[in-house]
Amino acid sequence: MEKEIDILLQETLERLETIDDAKELERLRIEVLGRKGTIPRLFKQLGESHAHERPALGKILNKTRAHLENAFREAESRTKSFAPQISTLDVSLPGRMPYLGHLHPITQVGSEITEIFQRLGFEVVEGPDVELDYYNFEALNIPKDHPARDMQDTFYITDNVVLRTHTSPIQVRVMEKQPPPVRIIAPGKAYRCDSDMTHTPMFHQVEGLMVDRDVSFADLKGVLTIFVHQMFGQDVDLRFRPSFFPFTEPSAEVDILCVMCRGEGCRVCSETGWLEILGSGMVDPEVFKMVGYDPEEITGFAFGMGIERIAMLKYGINDLRLFFENDLRFLEQF
Amino acid sequence: MLVSLKWLRSLVNCDAPPDEIAHRLTMAGLEVEAMEPYHFGLERMVVGRIQSIKQHPNVDHLKVCEVQGSERTYDVVCGAPNVAEGQIVPLGLDGASLADGAEISVAEIHGVLSQGMICSELELGLGEDGSGVMILPSHLVPGTPLAEALELEDIVLDIGITPNRADCLSVVGIAREVAALFGVPWSPPAIDLVENGPPVETLSSVTIEDPDLCPRYAARVVQNITIRPSPLWLRQLLEAQGVRAINNVVDVTNYVMLESGQPLHAFDYHRLDGHRIVVRRARPKETFVTLDGQDHHLQKDMLLICDASRGVALAGIMGGLNSEITEQTHTVLIESAYFQPTGTRRTAKTLGLSTESSYRFERGVDPEGVITALDRAAQLMAELGDGELAKGRLDVYPAAICREPVQLRVSKTNRFLGLDLSREEIYKLLESIQLEVRTANEDLLIVDPPSFRADLTREVDLMEEVARLAGYDRIPSVSPTARVVSAKPADDQVIRQQTKQILASLGFCEIVSYSFISPRAIELLQLKETDPRRRLLPLRNPLSEDQAVMRTSLVPGMLETAARNQRRNNFDLRLAELSKIFIPRENEELPEERFNLCALLSGLRRPAAWNEPASTVDFFDIKGAVETLFLGHGIAGIRWSTTNPAPYLRPGHGARILLADTHLGDVGEVHPQLMQWYDLKGPVFLFDMDFDLFLEKVAAEKTFEPLPRFPAVNRDLAIVVSDSVAAQDLLDYLQEHRPQYAESIFLFDQYRGNQVGKDQKSLAFRITYRSTQRSLTDLEVNEIHTDFSQKVIEAFQAQLRS
Repeated sequence: MEKEIDILLQETLERLETIDDAKELERLRIEVLGRKGTIPRLFKQLGESHAHERPALGKILNKTRAHLENAFREAESRTKSFAPQISTLDVSLPGRMPYLGHLHPITQVGSEITEIFQRLGFEVVEGPDVELDYYNFEALNIPKDHPARDMQDTFYITDNVVLRTHTSPIQVRVMEKQPPPVRIIAPGKAYRCDSDMTHTPMFHQVEGLMVDRDVSFADLKGVLTIFVHQMFGQDVDLRFRPSFFPFTEPSAEVDILCVMCRGEGCRVCSETGWLEILGSGMVDPEVFKMVGYDPEEITGFAFGMGIERIAMLKYGINDLRLFFENDLRFLEQF
Repeated sequence: MLVSLKWLRSLVNCDAPPDEIAHRLTMAGLEVEAMEPYHFGLERMVVGRIQSIKQHPNVDHLKVCEVQGSERTYDVVCGAPNVAEGQIVPLGLDGASLADGAEISVAEIHGVLSQGMICSELELGLGEDGSGVMILPSHLVPGTPLAEALELEDIVLDIGITPNRADCLSVVGIAREVAALFGVPWSPPAIDLVENGPPVETLSSVTIEDPDLCPRYAARVVQNITIRPSPLWLRQLLEAQGVRAINNVVDVTNYVMLESGQPLHAFDYHRLDGHRIVVRRARPKETFVTLDGQDHHLQKDMLLICDASRGVALAGIMGGLNSEITEQTHTVLIESAYFQPTGTRRTAKTLGLSTESSYRFERGVDPEGVITALDRAAQLMAELGDGELAKGRLDVYPAAICREPVQLRVSKTNRFLGLDLSREEIYKLLESIQLEVRTANEDLLIVDPPSFRADLTREVDLMEEVARLAGYDRIPSVSPTARVVSAKPADDQVIRQQTKQILASLGFCEIVSYSFISPRAIELLQLKETDPRRRLLPLRNPLSEDQAVMRTSLVPGMLETAARNQRRNNFDLRLAELSKIFIPRENEELPEERFNLCALLSGLRRPAAWNEPASTVDFFDIKGAVETLFLGHGIAGIRWSTTNPAPYLRPGHGARILLADTHLGDVGEVHPQLMQWYDLKGPVFLFDMDFDLFLEKVAAEKTFEPLPRFPAVNRDLAIVVSDSVAAQDLLDYLQEHRPQYAESIFLFDQYRGNQVGKDQKSLAFRITYRSTQRSLTDLEVNEIHTDFSQKVIEAFQAQLRS
């Protein structure tokens, strides 16, 4: 009898493997485990066996039944996942798609920039677009009749009111209100009366400022290096080049190795191999005096960059004006 | 500023390749923006050797020369009397230009093809002789570019000079920097004066009436000068740096300005009334004609250089027509002065005259350089014009401009820059740019800034020099150790960001349009007289009428954008903008800046698909967008009013968006007239709202409501009412008289047609009943619902729809 049980088990398991139809599976289950099936029959025969064999055989039989029940359950779940196909769908037909909305690339890149600095503990602040001459120029060490005013063509509302030519006045507004330490990042629109292939009368900037005791030029380099690596990639080469801004000293332009030609020299980088991406510098003591900080005690750095410029480099956009034409075919690419 | 490398190298002993010079200058803050070869206009001119000469077959006085170039020979028809076989001559090839601008091309001359041109000195702009072809030294190799053979080629650096570096607006200034950067010697041009004329005091005098605007004025006189073209070497350097050569006197003033940075002016001495100079402010209503023939009306703070009776030059900006150098000039008074920077700048700005001279005075010239430049010019003029230089100079300098010594702390410098330089290193760096440095003590250096560095007045100015000369590369990049400050982003920033996200998730594309618009665009919106958005903030200097005022509404920019897209065949539009508008305020200098939100829909509701008929958007799509936006911000209680919706909306198809009686904005279809103005194809729907008002309504915190534990029972209520009853009236009533257990009320159908009477409609609501304590029975719900239905019917004199 023991042999008979073993054969039953092996045969049934073999048959189970070939079945993937639920009805056939059910037929087999009835044949083996059904009330009149093989297993119940064997249990009946158990009563007819020798008493001394009975406990051992019973054990084997029980084990076999459990084994088979398990095997049937597995087979059943298998036949379920291969449920018979009633009809077929042409899955190659296009799916039903709603319209997908897009944030303007200026918003996306602006957020990307500010988020990098937010992770470094910079707070996002904003300021007015229509600004007093005082904040836009005077407090930034650009007096009236100073040649540095030539660097920016200004839209005037009145003698004292301008459209801010940069986001830098936000620095002054913040420092006027709060004592150091200050760590801010300030995105916003800026305006200059200039319109050609490479200038639009309105554009976007992000301004940053870090002020505390003993902030050094090395810190400026450190923070801006982190920024460049997060924005353009860990392996992007950058350099700091002396420059001039009336409200920082020393001042530095930050260049990255041209993303187009990798430094070989091309049209995008005017054959220099480098791309100017932001201006920066140590806050000029005159600016600190204007806001009532003691420049002997407090140092800091400031920086500013054009969002459009960064976006153009990031996406390879070749015409600045596209940002403000808002052609759907442009917007939908971002 | 353009700088000739040849000129530069004549002053500084630097044989580094041009790229290296450009790189070091750039890394020291003098950005070389471009570097161009310069050929004195002799592109496609080569050295040629006349191999043979034949008579022109058709014209007696013409010859046909066979001229050897580098690899081939050219047949050139030539009429010059002096050509001979074996001569080395300048050969202009196809495409070369002559000094007068004419272009050489391959052409047939009386039946013979001439493949180039043999040129004279005059034609090449190299000299005065136009009588025959130019004969070149016999050792020159045929085919060599002419500029190279005559050593006229140069490389010109275009250097961006920042406003603080007035001292670098000269070849001398750049040479000084190059010397410091490469550690090589340099020397300013040597001056060797031969004063063979009478004492200058017997010839002229200088009076400064307004020393505040003119702290120093110096002059020299050169007599018996011959006006003629400058020699080639001088013209070449001038033209390489973009200055047109005129005559020896004018050229010398320009040459010395480019060399030293000190602008000069030359007067025709005999045209100066009284032969003297008076420096004074312009008189009321005084006018003055500058060299370029323009007549200027002067104002009282403008400085005028005068002779005994009248103005002869606009100080530091431009000379006058009445005293300019002409062919007849034989005595010259040379002016070299220090004009006050802001005064010069104001005058130049006011008159709209910016010159090389004013540019330099505005930035500040070297008050001591006034004299060296004057002497240098006097020497050159006397030499080049065979003139006699009067003895001595006139020099009025009532109050010397002094530079204060500046202290520099070594420890502070290192801390500020993040460097670790020794005192000696710093000393050497500063000395390399000709600063006089003294050591006061272990930590302190005292620097006497030279007269040409007006920008060095503070310790930080010297720290900048140290950083620049040490090289920014030497400064390490350090992660700052900072006190922890952390502020969570302001709520309004977060909500603006969320709003943009919600709109994007609804399929809208964010647009960014200009903050300035045309005043006409606001007029077109036909806003009420009292609407604050009619108060415009005009720009004083707009680029165009289309950008003349700050916008008080986002609607014009939105419609303009929609129209531009339609012109480009983008018709399915879902556009949104969240940006500022600007409303002027009484008694305030700055306007109020408020965020507004505007969105527009037009065209297909969903992208065209194979399994769905195309349907276009309608009013309820834009209204739904507003509702979803409110829902997304957790705002309930939004209401719609048909009383006075925005006038730019189509009558009967617009509504005011209200929240607790606050008018947040408007929604609807764009008015047909406006559609016509913008040439829009429609219909176009939009909403526009005051986002700052909306912000105030956004719930600060969301609170959780437990999920229901007991089943709901739904009952429908369809009633027929007069067409004039607004759905909202019914909904309001249902909400207000909401029966017990009614959890929500939802309008699911509106019907007009045969099954109801004329001017009637059926509205169907689904009411969901649920208890939070137990399962409701059908029976009790039926009872409540029936009572409620009855109440509604009575209230609205409606009928139940069966």
